[in-house]
Amino acid sequence: MTLKLISLRNLMRRKGKAAFILAGLVIGVATVVGIISFVEATTHDIAHKLEQYGANILIVPRTENLSLSYGGLSLGGVSFDLEEIRESDLSRLAAIKNNRNIAAVGPMVLGVTSVEGRRILMAGVDFKAAGILKPWWRVQGAYPDANGLLLGSEAAGLLNLKVGDRLPVNGLDLTVSGILEPTGSQDDHLALAALTTAQQAFQKTGRISMVEVAALCKDCPIDDMVRQIAEVLPGAKVMAIQQVVKSRMEMLAQFSHFSYGISGVILFIGGLVVLVTMMGSVRERTDEIGIFRAIGFRRSHIMRIVFLEAGIISGLAGIIGYGLGLGCAQAALSLLSESQGGHVPFNPELAIGSLVLALTLGLAASAYPAAMAARLDPNEALRTL
Amino acid sequence: MSYIIADRLVKTFGAGGSAVSAVSEISFQIAPGEFIAIMGESGAGKSTLLGILGAMNAPSSGRLLVDDIDVYRLHQEQLADFRREYLGFVFQSFHLVSYLSVIENVMLPLTVTRRSKTGKRAMALEALSRVGLTEKADRLPGEISGGEKERVAVARAIVNEPPILLADEPTGNLDSRNSREIMHMFQHLNDGGMTIIMVTHSAECAGHARRIMQVSDGRLQEDRSVVAAGLRMAS
Repeated sequence: MTLKLISLRNLMRRKGKAAFILAGLVIGVATVVGIISFVEATTHDIAHKLEQYGANILIVPRTENLSLSYGGLSLGGVSFDLEEIRESDLSRLAAIKNNRNIAAVGPMVLGVTSVEGRRILMAGVDFKAAGILKPWWRVQGAYPDANGLLLGSEAAGLLNLKVGDRLPVNGLDLTVSGILEPTGSQDDHLALAALTTAQQAFQKTGRISMVEVAALCKDCPIDDMVRQIAEVLPGAKVMAIQQVVKSRMEMLAQFSHFSYGISGVILFIGGLVVLVTMMGSVRERTDEIGIFRAIGFRRSHIMRIVFLEAGIISGLAGIIGYGLGLGCAQAALSLLSESQGGHVPFNPELAIGSLVLALTLGLAASAYPAAMAARLDPNEALRTL
Repeated sequence: MSYIIADRLVKTFGAGGSAVSAVSEISFQIAPGEFIAIMGESGAGKSTLLGILGAMNAPSSGRLLVDDIDVYRLHQEQLADFRREYLGFVFQSFHLVSYLSVIENVMLPLTVTRRSKTGKRAMALEALSRVGLTEKADRLPGEISGGEKERVAVARAIVNEPPILLADEPTGNLDSRNSREIMHMFQHLNDGGMTIIMVTHSAECAGHARRIMQVSDGRLQEDRSVVAAGLRMAS
């Protein structure tokens, strides 16, 4: 015969009350676990997208001019002919502290050429790096070789060109090897060739107009990387393209704060459920507690019985709450996340945390009922019968 | 063996003009091994006096000494230990815990002692055998008769072999046959050296005691010894 056995037997006898306390705690813990898991999974998802976002650092020649284009309408100003970066300088990127976070470096040379009386912007790119920098590109046909050309969808339409057509560009005879599917970006208006081909066509061998860098930014401080690149390329202007991600992260942070607030309220209500139910349970057991006290149970023994009951239910609530919260987070992620196949992983720290949370809440809410039970005067308790 | 001294015990409920005196200046001494019946009308103060003797109801004034321990100078946790070590209680309404089996009810006072699980069970079985209920050890209180419940309550009261047994109307809910059985059980325990203090209305039950205290209006009106009372009743 032990105090634990008394607690267990009492819980078994009062299944309804035990289930009510359990439900209160499970809802509280599941809400917290669900929200934390959802926010973590969404953050991970955004971080993963950020890695796939393509170029997130842009290196352009330093200029004193301001851009005079807005919303796709160009009013002149910056000229790509004015300043250029030497291709050989790009080897310095390997020397920066966070060089391991660089996924791809895409040098680009830009120039304007005329095709059948129409001026078209031509870009020389490294198609190997483009696979990482422009993961959304879909090509009808094939990526070009040294004598090939890849046309943006708008450019192909305007010039009425298709795969296999030949096109003279600044004295080079190039063949259209592929056409980009519409991207909704300015790439749709470009004619793209291999970097060396474009450099040759525009007589810019060894020079480049801009560089796109893809950084793995889940763990890297992108601002630090921008600073490090600027230090090794003092003649260039280095910019981070992270506004979209930043705004999404800020939105997520706001959602997190709101959710944690809601969780706090639900936990508080869960605590009240435990408090009220335990107090009711103690009142119902006045006679029983009176007997325990009369036959020599100390106040601390009575408190231990109440705390053991609360601890058993709370422990169970922690485990069930974690499982339920995880399931809800998974369901919410499947319903609300833009990317399919989002996964909420098992998090041992969160599992332990939910157990600790349930125990803390259950025991804290039971403290007053336990003290109330322990204070019962055995003579008064037995007289109430 | 425990020597009990009640020294000018007073218990007053309420205050001022509405104060009711349940126990007024009661003093007596009880030697080890006595069998005492406290008798009186309803509201005479018998149960209040028993509560004071049972370390559950502090007197408004006066002292209770047991083995030179000034009981009501002990703090709450010490009082609980005192009740566990010195006293066994038998209540009129049995007060068994409904969700514990017969043997678990008997083991209750041992729950908070430092004894092995098997040791506690052996002591409980021994107590049950003394009241003749070993075969119903695993039944729930709801599955046994009123007389059996009272016997379980007696087994629970004596399981840790306290020197003093306190009983409040132990036969109040029993028929005459079960009442006689309980009284014989008390006599047997008393013969073994246990001090028994019993509150009762029943003259027949009081006849088993060797000393009778008559309480009226909170005062001890009569305190007399009854020689060979138990033998007379047994015959």
